[in-house]
Amino acid sequence: MIHANGPGALLVIVPAFNEEGAIGHVVRSVKEAVPGVPVLVIDDYSSDSTLGLAAEAGAAILPLPHHLGLGGCLQAGYTLAYELGYEYVIRVDGDGQHDPRDIPRLLDRLRQTGCEMVIGCRVSGDGAWRTGWVRSLGIWFFRLMLRPILGRPVCDPTSGFVGVNRRALAVFSRSFPLEYPEIEALVVLQRRRFRFEEIPCRMLPRLAGRSTLTALKSLYYIVHVLLGVFVNVLKYERRGHRPPIPAMNRPPENHAKQPKEV
Amino acid sequence: MDRLLHVATGVSLILLGIVLASLRRAHIRVEYSVTWLLAAIALLVLSLWRGLLDAVRNLLGLPDSPLALFLLGAAVLLVLAFRTSVVISHLRDNNIALAQRVAILEHRLRDLESHEG
Repeated sequence: MIHANGPGALLVIVPAFNEEGAIGHVVRSVKEAVPGVPVLVIDDYSSDSTLGLAAEAGAAILPLPHHLGLGGCLQAGYTLAYELGYEYVIRVDGDGQHDPRDIPRLLDRLRQTGCEMVIGCRVSGDGAWRTGWVRSLGIWFFRLMLRPILGRPVCDPTSGFVGVNRRALAVFSRSFPLEYPEIEALVVLQRRRFRFEEIPCRMLPRLAGRSTLTALKSLYYIVHVLLGVFVNVLKYERRGHRPPIPAMNRPPENHAKQPKEV
Repeated sequence: MDRLLHVATGVSLILLGIVLASLRRAHIRVEYSVTWLLAAIALLVLSLWRGLLDAVRNLLGLPDSPLALFLLGAAVLLVLAFRTSVVISHLRDNNIALAQRVAILEHRLRDLESHEG
């Protein structure tokens, strides 16, 4: 089981949905890269043996009672980390594409700069990462669109290799986009004048499974994210807002008094 | 034209019957049935009371009365469909929050049990 041991504690979270081909290796390589750091696998109701393999590899597990999608899955992890008192959370994808040896660099940047989010940027790395032209076009488009909204250029807004600090955790545990969350999460943070940094990271070939984004889904993705971004720019808190729950291992108080609309 | 209005009367009576039967069997909650009941009653009244329907037609500037009746019906359906989407969105938000809370509580319960054991 996981507990934040002292200030500055780091938790690595791995959202996973049917990743039995890679999850064991991912958990072991994270543990090897950052010994002593707890790894939490959030299982988004996989139908394969992801959960068992993750536990077997030594990860703490957070199985969801039904499939929520990536955003809901991540938010569950962020909320648990916040309530357990973690200071930093780094997300690593369950398909093995992120190199866990980069985790210490992300953590150092979070600590040194005090910024709320550090993104492991895939594009400015050593060039090992290649992607299809539809997705490249999509990323280019979002970079262009996000620049005026964020007030600065962003190199890889769709990267899932992301580290956040406790201030961001407090925000994400209350409101977090549900589908394709990476870009919208940036806008959620920007609305609170939070800062983010990017560092180039190596990308490894996917160990198993296929990307969830096919060409047709990429188009849906673009429309969905565009809408989500503009909703966020206008006002995000109107939906998906929850009152904060006290952190540090205390059971949630005032739970019954929460408003009906969550 | 009169036959069309008779059909509208029949449809509104069937709708009224279905809504009331669903209410009785608790297939629909009272708060969601009110709009349907009002829509059914409005359709019934307009299809039976020709004078009122003609007044509505004149107000909308339409060429004939049944058209006015069915346009009004379509407008009500649009509002109801949108309201359903709003309700579903709230339910989904609540459902996600509940699922996350269940997962977190289960995690902490396992933690407590392992400490006690």
